[in-house]
Amino acid sequence: MEDTMTLTLKVWRQKGPMENGRFETYELEQISPDMSFLEMFDVLNENLINNGEEPVEIASDCREGICGTCGCMINGKAHGPEKATATCQLHMRKFKDGDTIIVEPWQATSFPVIKDLVVDRSPLDRIIESGGFITVPTGSAPDANLIPVPKDAADAAFDAAACIGCGACVAACPNSAAQLFTSAKVQHLNLLPQGQAERWSRTEEMVEKMEEYFGSCTNHGECHEACPKEIPLDFIAYTNRDYVKSKRKNRNLLGQD
Amino acid sequence: MIGEINSRSPEGPIEDKWSSHKFNMKLVNPANKRKFEVIVVGTGLAGASAAATLGELGYKVKAFTYHDSPRRAHSIAAQGGINGAKNYQNDGDSVYRLFYDTVKGGDYRSREANVHRLAEVSLNIIDQCVGQGVPFAREYGGLLDNRSFGGAQVSRTFYARGQTGQQLLLGAYSALMRQVGSGSVELHTRTEMLDLIVHDGAARGIVVRDLITGDVRSHTAHAVVLATGGYGNVYYLSTNAMMCNVTAGWRAHRRGAMFANPCYTQIHPTCIPASDEFQSKLTLMSESLRNDGRIWVPKDHDEGRSISEISEDQRYYYLEEKYPSFGNLVPRDVASRNAKTVVDAGLGVGPLKNGVYLDFADAIQRDGEDVIRERYGNLFQMYERITGEDPYKTPMRIYPATHYTMGGLWVDYELMSNLPGLFVVGEANFSDHGANRLGASALMQGLADGYFVLPYTIGNYLAPLLGESTLDENDPSCSNAVNEVAERTQKWLSINGTRSVDWFHRELGKLVWNFIGMERDKNGLEKALTEIPSLREEFEKDVRVLGSADNLNTSLEKVGRVADFFELAELKARDALERAESCGGHFRSESQTTDGEALRDDENFSHVAAWEWGGTSSSAIRHKEELEFEHVPLTQRSYK
Repeated sequence: MEDTMTLTLKVWRQKGPMENGRFETYELEQISPDMSFLEMFDVLNENLINNGEEPVEIASDCREGICGTCGCMINGKAHGPEKATATCQLHMRKFKDGDTIIVEPWQATSFPVIKDLVVDRSPLDRIIESGGFITVPTGSAPDANLIPVPKDAADAAFDAAACIGCGACVAACPNSAAQLFTSAKVQHLNLLPQGQAERWSRTEEMVEKMEEYFGSCTNHGECHEACPKEIPLDFIAYTNRDYVKSKRKNRNLLGQD
Repeated sequence: MIGEINSRSPEGPIEDKWSSHKFNMKLVNPANKRKFEVIVVGTGLAGASAAATLGELGYKVKAFTYHDSPRRAHSIAAQGGINGAKNYQNDGDSVYRLFYDTVKGGDYRSREANVHRLAEVSLNIIDQCVGQGVPFAREYGGLLDNRSFGGAQVSRTFYARGQTGQQLLLGAYSALMRQVGSGSVELHTRTEMLDLIVHDGAARGIVVRDLITGDVRSHTAHAVVLATGGYGNVYYLSTNAMMCNVTAGWRAHRRGAMFANPCYTQIHPTCIPASDEFQSKLTLMSESLRNDGRIWVPKDHDEGRSISEISEDQRYYYLEEKYPSFGNLVPRDVASRNAKTVVDAGLGVGPLKNGVYLDFADAIQRDGEDVIRERYGNLFQMYERITGEDPYKTPMRIYPATHYTMGGLWVDYELMSNLPGLFVVGEANFSDHGANRLGASALMQGLADGYFVLPYTIGNYLAPLLGESTLDENDPSCSNAVNEVAERTQKWLSINGTRSVDWFHRELGKLVWNFIGMERDKNGLEKALTEIPSLREEFEKDVRVLGSADNLNTSLEKVGRVADFFELAELKARDALERAESCGGHFRSESQTTDGEALRDDENFSHVAAWEWGGTSSSAIRHKEELEFEHVPLTQRSYK
C-alpha cells in the first residue's frame, strides 16, 4: 500500500443561483493516491454527512470520461492539472501530500450555478436544437454503403465528433465563448457527405444561436488546452470559413462557387 | 391476479412474422397522430430514438431525463460496437445467422420471434445511423469496416473507435433535438420519474420530481414508454454510471407490471479491479483486448517476485489450458467465472489480490509496440490514467464486474407490458438476450426497439383510443400518486439516522455480489433472503439524509433509488433460487457438467419467470411464459 495523503480543500459552496457563495475549507486525511478526484469528494461527503453537514453537490455520472457530466475548476484550471483528462479521470496521484486544492464551479454567465459545483449548461442543447443534426427521418436512409466516405474525411469528422459536451471550453475561455464546442458539432456534420444538404443553414443557425448565449472568440486557444478530448482549433477556422460562405453562397446553385 | 401469460407472438414462418404483423396491426391516420400524447422516460439509445421517431411521425411526445441533457445517458459509454447482419464482408453472415447466434448465445432463454425481428431490423439501424452522420470506422476505399466481436465467427460489428455508444447516442440525440426544435417533442431535463399512474388497469401517466425545485407533479398521456436502462447498480460496484437505477421500472412493477428474470445479469470479464473501499465504480476495458492479451495468474499462492522473474512454467494460463480451441476468447460468462475460481483459490494478483493478469508481452514481441498501440492505444492510455501502471511494460490487472442486466420488465411481442399502455424498450425490458447477451448486441437492441419496433406497435395500441382524452391530472389516481411520492420523499428526510445512503448501498452491493454474483447456490441464496431484508430494515430506520426536498439534493435522489434496489435484490435472490438450473449468466453451482460448465435443465426451466408484485418482494408471485424453440435446436454450449 502506497502512502496516503493529507489535503486541504477549499470548495465553493453556494445554496442556489441567487444566493451568495463562499469558500469552505475542509481537511482530508488518508487519501489514497489511487483514488479518483471524485472518489476523494465521495470521502469528503461521507465525512460531512457523518458530521451532520450537507454534502457538496458535484456532478458526475459515467466516471469514465465520456458522458461529459462532470467538470469543475481545479486550482484554476478546467478539469484540473492533467492534460486531456476529464475531472472524473483525474487521479489523486497527480497531487502531493499536504497540497491545498481549490475547487470551483465552471464560471460563465451562460452557465449559472445551480448549487455548489453544479451549473446549468442547457444553452449547449439549444445550439444543437437549432441545427446540430442531419435531417434523416427514421426509415428514410439509403443503404449505409451507398456513399463512400474517404477515410481521411471520416477520421476528421470523428475527431470533431469526439466532443463530450462538458463545457470546459467555455469555462476556460476568458470571453466565455463556445466556439470550440459549436465548431466541433458543426464540423462533425459539415465534413461528411451526408451533411452537405444542410451545411450552410446548419452553420448559420448554430453560430447565431451560439452568439445569443456566449461570448466572442478572440483566438486565445485556452479552450483547446482545457478540452478533455483535445478537439483541434482547426474546426473553429473551418466553421468561420463555412459561416462566411453561408452568408454569400447562392444556395440555389448546388456545388458551384 | 394475472392469468396465463401470452407473448402474442404472431403465427407463421419465422421470416414472415414481423412483416405480416406489421401489415395486420392497426394504423393511426397521419392527421390523427397529433391527437395522441405519449410519454417517453429515459433518453438513452432506446428512449431518444423512440421519442425522436414518434415525434417525427406526428405524435405529441413528452421526453423525460434525470440528466441535464439527453446526451449523457449511459448508452454513451458503450465501447465495442453494434451488430448488423449486412454481410458487407461477404463472409457468410445473414439475418438468420445473427438470429441463430443470438438465441444460442442467450443460452436458449429468449423468445425466437423477438430475436428474429431484432436481426431483421439490424440492417435498417446501420443505414439510419450512417444517414445521421455517425462516423463508423471505414476502409481506405471509403466503405464501412467491420470486425468480429465477442467470439462471433463472422465480422458483423460496426464500430467507431472505442466510442461506438457515444457516437450512436449523439446520433439519436441529434434526431431527438431536431424534434425538440420543431416542437413535436417537449423535453424535460433534470426530471425523475418516481411513479406510474394506473387508471382502470391501464398506464395513463407518470409522477415526476423536478430535481432542481423539488416540485412533484403528474403528467398524463395515452401511453407511457419506459426506456430507463438496467439494474446493474444493485451490486453497488458495476460498470454502470453512478445514477443508473431501477426506480422507474420498479415503481411500474409495484403498480402491476411484471418483472421478468431478475436473476439474469451479465458479469463482464475485463474490468479494472477495485483499488480500495471507496471505489465508486468499475471501469470496463474493451473485450477486444482479449484478442491479443494472454490471461494468467502465478501458480504459487505466495508469489512475491516481480513479474519478469516469474518464468513461463510458473504461470497458469488457465483459459488456454482449459479451453484449447477458444483460449482467451471464451464467452464472457465463462471467462468471468474462471477468473473468480482462480482468485477465490488465492491466486489473485495486485495489492488486494483481486485480479488476474492480461498480458500483452507476447503480442508486443510478435507485432511490435506500434501495432499494439494502433489497436489499443486509447484503452492502454485509459488504463494507465486509472491505475498509474503502463500496460506496455507490465501486464494489465483485470477482474469481472457487473455490466448488463438481461432481466427487466416483462413485455409481449409488441414491447407492451402486461399493463395496457405501458411499453418498455431497451435494457429496461427483458426481451431479446435470454440469459446472456452477446457483445455488440445491446446497442442494436436499444435502437431496434426505439427506431423500428415501438413506433409501429404503439400505433396498434393507440388506434382504438381515438377520441379518448388523457386522464385529468385532478383525478384521484393522479393526485394520490403525487401525494404518495411527496410523502415518501419527506419520509427519508425525517429519519435522520446515523449512516449515509452510500454506506447502505455499499453493504447491499456486497451481499448481492457475494450471494447473487457470478456463482450462486441454494445456501447462499437463502442467506441472502434473510440478510437483505434485515439490512433493509436497518436502512429504513438508520439512514441519514440531510438538506431539504426543495432544491438539488443528490442524497435524497439516491435514497429512493437504493430503497428500490433493496426490494429488487430480494426478488433477484428469489428468482435465482427458484431457477435451479444454470443458464448463461446465471450459474448455479448445483447445476454444472462434469467439466464445470453451466448445465441447463430444459425440461423444467425452458421458460421466462415473470414476477407479479404481491405487496412485498417476499410475496411476489412467479408466473411462467413457456419458451418454444422451433428453429434453433437446443444444445449444450461447449468451448473446449
